[in-house]
This record gives sequence, structure tokens and C-alpha cells, in this order.
Amino acid sequence: MSVVSLRGWLLAEVPESKAQARCQRLFIGWLAFKGNPVAVIGLLIIASLVMIAVLAPWITTSDALEPDLMGRLQPPGSEHWLGTDELGRDILDRIIWGSRITLYIVGLVSIIVVPIGLLIGVVAGYMGGWVDTVLMRLTDIFLAFPRLILAMALVAALGPGLENAVLAIALTTWSPFARIARAEALTIRNSDFILAARMQGVSTAGILARHVAPLCMSSVIVRLTLDMAGIILTAAGLGFLGLGAQPPTPEWGAMISLGRQYLIDQWWVPTMPGIAILVVSLGFNLLGDGLRDVFDPKSGG
Amino acid sequence: MKTIKKILLSLAAVALLVSGASQAATPKNTFVLAKDIADIITMDPAEVFELTTGEIIANIYDRIMMFEPEDLQNLVGGVAESYEVSKDGKTITFKIRPGMKFHSGNPVRAEDVAWSLQRVVKLNKTPAFIITQFGWTAENVDSLVKAVDSSHMQITITEDFSPGLVLNAMSAGVASVVDMKLVMSHEKDGDLGYDWLKSNSAGSGAFSLKTWKANEIVTLDANKSYRHGAPGMARVILRHVAEPSSQRLLLEKGDIDMARNLTPDQVKGIMGNSDVAIDGHPKGTIVYMAANGGHPILGKQEVVQAMRHLVDYDSMANSFLAGQFVVHQSFWPAGLWGSLETIPYKQDVAKAKSLLAAAGHADGFELTIHTLTNSPFPEIAQAVQANLAKGGIKANIVTLEGKTLWPKYRAREHDIILARWSPDYVDPHSNADAFAHNPDNRLEAKLTGVLAWRNAWADDASNKLAVMARNELDLDKRKQQYLELQGMLQKTGPFVIMFQQNEQVARRKNLIGFVSGSNFDLVFYRNVTKR
Amino acid sequence: MAAADSGLAAAGSTLALPPKLVRISGFIASLILTFIGLTAITFTIGRVMPADPVLAIVGDRASQEVYDQVFLQLGLDQPIYVQYFKYLGQLLQGDLGTSIMTAQPVADDILRFFPATLELATVATLLGIFVGIPMGVLAAVNQGRWPDHVVRIISLIGYSAPIFWLGMIAILIFYFKLDWVAGPGRLDVFYDSIVDPVSGILILDAALAGEWEIFHNAIAHLILPASILGTFALAYIARMTRSFMLDQLSQEYILTARVKGIPEWQVIWRHAFRNVLVQLITIIGLTYASLLEGSVLTETIFSWPGIGLYITNSLFNNDMNAVLGGTIVVGVCFVGINLLSDLLYKLVDPRVR
Repeated sequence: MSVVSLRGWLLAEVPESKAQARCQRLFIGWLAFKGNPVAVIGLLIIASLVMIAVLAPWITTSDALEPDLMGRLQPPGSEHWLGTDELGRDILDRIIWGSRITLYIVGLVSIIVVPIGLLIGVVAGYMGGWVDTVLMRLTDIFLAFPRLILAMALVAALGPGLENAVLAIALTTWSPFARIARAEALTIRNSDFILAARMQGVSTAGILARHVAPLCMSSVIVRLTLDMAGIILTAAGLGFLGLGAQPPTPEWGAMISLGRQYLIDQWWVPTMPGIAILVVSLGFNLLGDGLRDVFDPKSGG
Repeated sequence: MKTIKKILLSLAAVALLVSGASQAATPKNTFVLAKDIADIITMDPAEVFELTTGEIIANIYDRIMMFEPEDLQNLVGGVAESYEVSKDGKTITFKIRPGMKFHSGNPVRAEDVAWSLQRVVKLNKTPAFIITQFGWTAENVDSLVKAVDSSHMQITITEDFSPGLVLNAMSAGVASVVDMKLVMSHEKDGDLGYDWLKSNSAGSGAFSLKTWKANEIVTLDANKSYRHGAPGMARVILRHVAEPSSQRLLLEKGDIDMARNLTPDQVKGIMGNSDVAIDGHPKGTIVYMAANGGHPILGKQEVVQAMRHLVDYDSMANSFLAGQFVVHQSFWPAGLWGSLETIPYKQDVAKAKSLLAAAGHADGFELTIHTLTNSPFPEIAQAVQANLAKGGIKANIVTLEGKTLWPKYRAREHDIILARWSPDYVDPHSNADAFAHNPDNRLEAKLTGVLAWRNAWADDASNKLAVMARNELDLDKRKQQYLELQGMLQKTGPFVIMFQQNEQVARRKNLIGFVSGSNFDLVFYRNVTKR
Repeated sequence: MAAADSGLAAAGSTLALPPKLVRISGFIASLILTFIGLTAITFTIGRVMPADPVLAIVGDRASQEVYDQVFLQLGLDQPIYVQYFKYLGQLLQGDLGTSIMTAQPVADDILRFFPATLELATVATLLGIFVGIPMGVLAAVNQGRWPDHVVRIISLIGYSAPIFWLGMIAILIFYFKLDWVAGPGRLDVFYDSIVDPVSGILILDAALAGEWEIFHNAIAHLILPASILGTFALAYIARMTRSFMLDQLSQEYILTARVKGIPEWQVIWRHAFRNVLVQLITIIGLTYASLLEGSVLTETIFSWPGIGLYITNSLFNNDMNAVLGGTIVVGVCFVGINLLSDLLYKLVDPRVR
């Protein structure tokens, strides 16, 4: 047996195991991704976001919740790099803690939306017939709703709060994923290996779970990343309307809303959180673009 | 390159189209003020109870008794020229001012005055309680409130209320004198003109209602033959601007003459502008916290007392509330007859902690503060949250819109509520009835209009004193009783009363004559002029 | 839609009905179902809200007696499905109920507010088209060079920025500091009610009436919110135009045309762009639909009295009839526009089935 380098193993012509094949695919994808500078920037931004969120307790100087009424509305300076807000709290600290909330929202929405979308889409596409019709009708109804308005109505009904906002956003964003999953499932369902699995006696659930769903994953993930910015913006919009996280939680949209009245003289109070939202949104958009170029180069710019 | 040229050309075209469009400055004879008028839902004086509408109908309708802008402390006759109280204090006869006319041209007769009051009782909308508390019902009001001849109107009460109180109530919005002939000509299915009067006016005051577009604009036209003389402005426009920051921008640019909802920080920011002046008007709105007596811990008097010692009133009043709220700790606002103006509480963490320990809660406990979403309530809540933490009390904050918050409050579903209250009419009983008078504390009694009931608190001594003061005929004695009652509530009961509002109004320097008194509807437009 | 077709096609073939008829009835059936679903969900949300519609009418101080009176008046004592069917019945007759906030029929309110949003969304989309398309073409033609990068960056920022934040800053800069545009609101107050609302679209009505001062004022108020709303449209349209053009420009016939000596600008506009136009129509449709709902935040910042602001205010005031009516109208438009786009796409592009 000859000694083979890692790179050589990854680029071997014929993979010797499933695991190796998977690693190879990822590696090749990574190479393609790396060549796209814009996508790499996106990845860097998101990676920074995650790091900042994780390291928050160590890189902040306070918990950003305690009011300091005498030190309100200080401009950016040496002591407070981004200034202080209307209750005297350091804005940079609040933005850093707020990054956790942003990730929380993004993560929670993804965990809800992807399984539901996959489940409904895959079942509808594979089964066809009246199951398909009913499920697609359901999807269409939710697609028919103006997203923000439905989210607003749901939060108003459930009561304001971060979890309810997440639920409302999830309920308004799952539809496109179901559609994508269904489209993929429709293409796959008559292919040979599926027929083979069926002949082997694998249950429908098994086929769906182990064969169909994984193949839909890449499109769903790409779409999710592209939609992520929209999710963040919707969450910020809800926060702005007072329907999201409650004070004193440093959610970025709520920070803009409460800081809005200070725009003229203490512009940093609403502007900084806005820039944070912009950067993170941008990051996800760039990342999504990059992922899409890798997985489906024909479909986009 | 062709495309770039195209883009530049179109940009130039747009610039041309828009240029010079932003000429500001309001017309000389129109008073434009910006206010959040989203609370208006009707223009019918028998139904109006919201702040903005209260102010508007005060300028459209004359009332039986009134406070006039020239002397806001004195109750004088409005539509009534004079009155006579019977020996037993239960009947008052009003002489109607001769020669008054409605906007429609119809003469103001005693019949109209009586009918206006009867209408309020029969429609029985929210503010009707102000006069139905005198014992008037839909069945008996026609006989108890009547025109005795063409220029005299008589009212008789069946309860033991002080005539001072009754006269004060005759200065409330429900005592607006409405044009009976005009309104009845628009009556539908015996509704006493209710449907029509929602969006029209039928008064005899300084202005008449020209248009009301909900959440957009209210336009008032001057009544040139008003009994005090033609108003200074031919037209008053209330423009709905929900955002205080937008109000500020519009005011600084001269697109409006007055901004009513600026926050203290914006006021500070605008002070440098030489075209703008800031006026302070003490108002009757009180900001308070209330603890639900049904809560196992908050029901204890020592705990509430501890909270009174934990709140740092001064630091809030001197920072983000500066200029717009002053510390006030009794239930009747300062500046009105009968108000107690002592401030017994300052932050004293040690005292609070010992009180909590005596109550068995030295280790603190957790609770929720419910409050409104609009400034400054979230800020006050957050400051109080930090204050309470010093005593070991962990408070969570939930902010809700009024329409979502009030049902919770009325159903006793809160721990602590941080809210505001303003008097319905200018008599101490208005607030005493809410804060100190709870005759039936059972859940089934549903006295949802009574704050003491909402907080599940009833005290015999307090009830007795409230009723006594209500009925007292001697004015000096009555005042003393109210002072005593307020003092009582500062030490017992569920209320931690914190601030009284000082409305800061920002106006263009050339606008003068705007009068704003202590009650929400004591706002007068008729003396406004522009230099 | 395709799913319904296939399911019903199967049903249709067993019944031996002509396929076209099956398709159309399937279409209508799915429309009705979507409509019912829309109304049912909105209605349920409305009734489930913890905020009290009675209190919205009677106010916080009302006694229990007054409260109960209005409670019965609103029919709230009946089970929810009875309320729903009653509502649906009224809806089909064009009665959307009465608004608590305005004391007017909701249908009248919507007729009053909707044109404002239409005006805003239309101008924003036009901006998106007339600026976005040239930008996209410019980027595609100069792929990899600086115009391409500039366009891509502008696009990205366009749909990454929170629109309410962008609007706030725009008002500060362009109204307050630079005085280039008029302030928040649709028109200066003293011009109110002068022009007859023929179409509800102010600039149209003012132009028709010959009131040029009002026209000018309306445009001054419209330009900033439309631009802000338009940045999103612009970003999306530019990006899609770019990618479609790139696709076209790499095709054989373009190379052939160039070799034939046809001038470059003709190659771009007469040949490549023409083929892109069709796909762009559906993109524009989708953009327009999403602007209708995206206007909510823009209208809040700019105090623009459109349907987004109406629904938001009604929501906060628990004016359930208004929220329901507004959401249904916007939802129906949304569905309608998406359907139209879908149809156009199918009609024109035989590859999609």
C-alpha cells in the first residue's frame, strides 16, 4: 500500500468508499467556492458573526442591559467606541450581544422551516395525486400571504416576544422550500435507483428519508441562505414595529426603533444597529450567491 | 456608454421635475399642528373620552359650565349665564345665556341643553357615568333633567353628591350643548343622531368640524360669530404625524406651526433653533405603578411600601423625563383644587430591604411589569427594573399596545402595571372614585372602571372617606377630606404614584395665544394668532 | 398550479372531459380554495388576538355594562365558525364590515387608501425598471470590469439594507439637510381635498385637473419614498437582468451576429435584450407584488397613507374588520399578480411545464 497524501486522497479518480466520495464532493465544491472572491467575503462575514456571538461574554465590557442614566447619548469616543444609547448603555456591547439574538433567530427559523418544507415538498412531489394537490394548495395559501403582514398578524395574535416572532416568520417563509423540494422530488421519483430501492422492498418513508430528501438538500440549503437575509430583515422589521424581542433585549431592529427619535442629533443611536443589519444581510446574500454558483452555476449571476 | 448617458439624462430630468418643490411655510390664517391623533374614533360628545377628541370637541362645543382660557382656575358659566342651587343641594336651575346661536344658525334654547344631557344618558356610552352617577337613568332623565321654560333648564339629582361636584361635572365633555334640531334631522332608526354625529358636528363653539379623515387630518373652520368674538385663525388643521421625530423635522422646516408630541431629548435638540419656542403646560396625567393585590407577595402592604422606597424618582425625572414629567406622589394632579403636593418618598434601598425582610422576602422574588409600548413607558420600566433589582426583586418587562394591555389589567391578570391616568372631569372625585373607592372587591362585581378594583384592593376607611368627601357641601371641609384621602393612599393601597405630566409644546415663534390647561380637554385654539 | 392540473387531469380523463375545460375549472377551484384559506386563516388570527375589540370601541374606562352592550352588538358571543360564515357571507356581497377607527365601512377606507399604495408601488417599480434594466445590461456587457462590480455592489446593498432604516436616513439627508424633497406625508395639508379623487392616484388626478402646483407638490412628496421602495426593486431587477443577459450573450446566435458585422449596440439591444424581455416581464410582476406588501414599513416611515399603514394601524388598534379587509384585499392582489406572472411565463416559455 503506497502512502497517499490527503490532497491526493481527495482528488483520487475512483473513490473507494462512500465517505471518501462525500469528502471528495465537498472538497471540490470548496475549491470552486474559494475561487469566487465575493462568496468568500460572505463566508468571512458570517464566520465573524458567529465568532463574535460566541465570544460575546469575553469581548464586551458590560452586559449592555443596565441603564446608566447619567451617561446617556454619548457620541462615539474612546470610552464607548460606538457611543451610548438613550439609557446610557454602550452601543457596541449591545450590538455584540444582539448578534446572539440574530443567530438565534436565524438558527431557530432554519430548524423549523427546513424540515417542514422538506417534508411537505418531498411527500407532495413523490406521492403525487390528491396528496400533492392538497399539500400544494396549503403551500399556495401561505405563499399568497403578504409575508410581513401575516407575520405581524400572527405576532399580534400570539403576543409580542422573540419566540413568537420566530414562529411567525417561520410560518411565512416555509412555502418556497416546499416548492423547491417538490420540484426536485418530481424529477427524481422515476429515476432508476429509486425504482431499484422500491423493488428491494424499502418502505416509502425510507425512500423519502434516505434517498429523496438528501438529494433535495443542496437546493434547499442554497435557497435558505439566500432567504436568510430576508428573514433577518423581516425580524428587524417586526422588532422595529415593537412586535419582536421586548426591552431591554438588544435586538437590532428594536434598537433602531427606540433610537429613531435621536436620529438628528445623536445619529449613532439608530444608525449603528442599522449598519450591523446591513452587514450581516450582505454577508448572507454573498454567501448564498456563492453557494448557488457552486451548486447550480447556470441559474444565477 | 449609451446606457450611461441615458441614466444621466433621466436623473437630470427627475431633478428638474422636483426642484423648487419644497417651499414650506404655512398660510397666515391657518394654524397647523402635528399630533398623534390615532386615538380619535368618534366626534360625538356623548361618546368621546379620548385625549385628542376631548380637546377637539372642547373647541367645537360650548358646555353648560366652562373654564375659559383667560382664567383657567375659575369655573364660570358657558351656555349657562347663571345658576341657582336649591336649599337641599339637590336641584340646580340654570339660566341660559340669551342670543346664542349654533353653527347651523339655530338658536340655543333650554330645550337643546336639556336634550343634550338626556341624550348622553340614553345612549349610555362610556363617558355617561360622569352624569349617570347622579342617579339619572334612561327612564327618569326626562323628568329629572328638563327645560322649565324657554330660557331656564333644571337638573335634579337623587344621590347625595355635593353641588360643587355636579357643577364641575357640567364642565365635562358630556355637558356639551348639541344642536337638537340639526342632529334629529339626521336621525336614523331612533338612534338620536348617533350615526351622523360620529363624523359631523352640531355645536355653538369657536370652531366647527369641516373634515375628519381618520389617522390623517382634522380640519376645523372658525365660527366668525362666536360669543367671545371671531377666533384668531380662520382654520385649524390637526395633522396626524405618529412619529415624534417626523414632527420635529416638519416643525424645524416650517411645514407645521406646532408639534405636540416631542420627547424631552428632541426638545433639547430643537432649543438651538431660533425660529422655535418651547412652552411647558402642566397636565393632569399621572404616571403610576400598581401592584395586583391578588398576587401572594404583592398583596402585602410592606412589599408595596418597599417598592415606594426602591424607585429612584429623581434620577428619572432629571434625565430622560426632564422637562416633561415632574415627581408627584398623590392621586390628584398638582395645580388643581384639592391636590396634595407633598413628596414623601425618595430612593432608600436600606429601608426597602428591611421592609422586604420584615415581610419575609429578604431574598427577593420575581415578577412581571406590564406597560405600554410608547415612550417613555419602556424607558421608565427599564429604569424601575434596575431600581427593583437593588432590593433583590427581579422584574421582567412586557410592553403591549393599550388595546392589548387594558383587557389584561381589567381582568386582574397583571403583577405590576405601569400606566397613566388622567381625570375624566375637573373634580377630585373623578380620581378618588378610581383610586380610593372600591365598594365591592369580588371578581364578579366587575368594577372594571375602578383602578382600585382592578388591583383587588378595598379598604373601608378609604371608601368611607371617599364617599364623605364626595357628598360634602362645605367646600373647605371637602378640600381637607381630599387632602386626607390622598395622604392615606400614599401609605396604604397598591399604588406607587410617580410622576405628573408637563406637556412640552414646541411652536414656531410667530405663533402665540395657544392655551393649554391642566386637564386634557382644557386646550383652546380660539386665541391663537400669528405675528 | 401544475399539481392541481395533473390531479384533475387524471380525474378529467376518467370522466372523458375535454382537457381544456378541466384545466380551467381546476384553476378556478384552486383560486376559490386559496381565497377561502386566506380568509379563514386571517379571520381566525383576528378572533384569536388577545387584544380586545370591544375595548377599542368603548375605551379603558368603560363600565362592565357598557362593555357587555357592545360585546353583544359585535356578535362576539357566538361560536367562531358562525361568526366566520356570517363574515364570509357579507364579504361576498362586498361588505367588509365597519372600521372602528374611522367609523366608515372598511370597503370605503380601502378604496381611499389603496390607490396611495398603488401609486407608490407603481412609481417604485417604474424606477426599478428604468434604472435597474439599463444597470443590469451595463453590468452584463461589461462583465468582470468596473461597471459590473459597481452594479453588483449597488444591487447587493439594495436588498441587504433594512428598508425602514434606509428611509429614515434618506429623510434626514434629503429633506432635512439638503431640502431637495418635501417631508413625510403625501401632500402639504392645505392642498388637502382640493383635487377631486377621480382615480385616487394623486399625481394623475392633479394632472387631469390641471392643478400643476398640487402636481408638483405631490411629486415632491412621492419621490423619496418611491426611491427608497424602488431600491429594492432596482436591485432585484438589475441583478436578474444581468444574469439573463449573460445567459443570452454567451449563446451562438450572438456570436454569429457579431461575426456578421452588426453594430454592437444592435447586438445588445435588438437581439439579446429582446429575448430577455419576456423573462423580465415575470420578474417585474413578482417585484410589483412584493412591493405591495413591502410598502408597510416604507409607509410607516414616510407617513404615507396607504394600505400598509392602514393595516398596521388597524392591527395596533385591534380594528379587526379593517385588518381582515385590508389583508384580504392585499392578499388577493398578491395572488392575482403572481398568477398573472405564472401564466405569462407559461404562455411564453414552452420549456417550463
